[in-house]
Amino acid sequence: MMSAIAVSQRAVEDDIPLSMRGPAPASVVAGFGFWLFLLSDIILFAAFFAAYAVLSGETAGGPSGLSLFHKQRVFIETLFLLFSSVTCGFGSLAVQRGNRPRTCLWMIATLLLGGVFLALELTEFSGIVATGAGPSRSAFLSAFFALVGAHGAHVTFGLAWLVVMLLQLGTFGFEPMVRRRFVCFALFWHALDIVWVGVFTIVYLGAR
Amino acid sequence: MSNSAPQGRSPGKATHGAADNARSYVIGLAFALVLTCASFWASASSLIYGPAVPVLLAVLAIAQMGVHLVFFLHLSSAPDQSNNFLALAFGLFVSALVVFGSLLIMANLNHNMMPMDRLLELQR
Repeated sequence: MMSAIAVSQRAVEDDIPLSMRGPAPASVVAGFGFWLFLLSDIILFAAFFAAYAVLSGETAGGPSGLSLFHKQRVFIETLFLLFSSVTCGFGSLAVQRGNRPRTCLWMIATLLLGGVFLALELTEFSGIVATGAGPSRSAFLSAFFALVGAHGAHVTFGLAWLVVMLLQLGTFGFEPMVRRRFVCFALFWHALDIVWVGVFTIVYLGAR
Repeated sequence: MSNSAPQGRSPGKATHGAADNARSYVIGLAFALVLTCASFWASASSLIYGPAVPVLLAVLAIAQMGVHLVFFLHLSSAPDQSNNFLALAFGLFVSALVVFGSLLIMANLNHNMMPMDRLLELQR
């Protein structure tokens, strides 16, 4: 009986043209809107990538990327970010099921893995600056710090957001609003990992 | 109602049951690990013809981005995802314009610029 009603409802929905079905539910609107924001954010990164690609050879007599970067460290950073992306995925599955302990477990794992990534990146930056190769040394280093720093700033913001989300989960529980925000956070975190694939390929593995 | 979304589906939303989704993250992780290791190996290996390495790295990176989109963001070309897919296509189009346009223009400017020593001579 229930399924018969569901089928007839779906048939009615298929008969109504898409433009006349009324507004989409908030979960679809929020997710799609955040997806559009993420794409505009990726265009912002494209501008930083373009600047880096143009300026990567302009070392002005300073150190080149090949002498500054340590591939092993970048490999470990990459693994931390990749695993944090996967734990975030399991966390969003737990959010869908409304399982609070598992959500906390996976999201705190995401927080820790992302934190280690950020710590590794910051020690790399301070090491490079300590050798006198700060952003003001050459156009190459300006572009490097702008691109990788922009990604690091996004990761920092994402970690702060995740802390806020865990607090909201503790305060409100699985409200529809909190669920939507977790979906948006997961999108943001996966998108950052996609940008990092471009960063490690072009900046670190493509270093000359 | 779980599978039929009349106004489309937002990205990152589950398509199938929870078990299928957990499996998708594990498969994605395996692919991403293999592609990451292949990238780092290819960049340091002397087995590959040198000038081909950047091309190989680009292919591996694009493949890994695809893996992330499909297995982590659950993006597909399904009809209820056409909005998400078109937005992605437009975003990639603008990104490609920005990157390749900048490279083309700056290479052209570099090519047309007078050599630095001649420029200094003229300023004297």
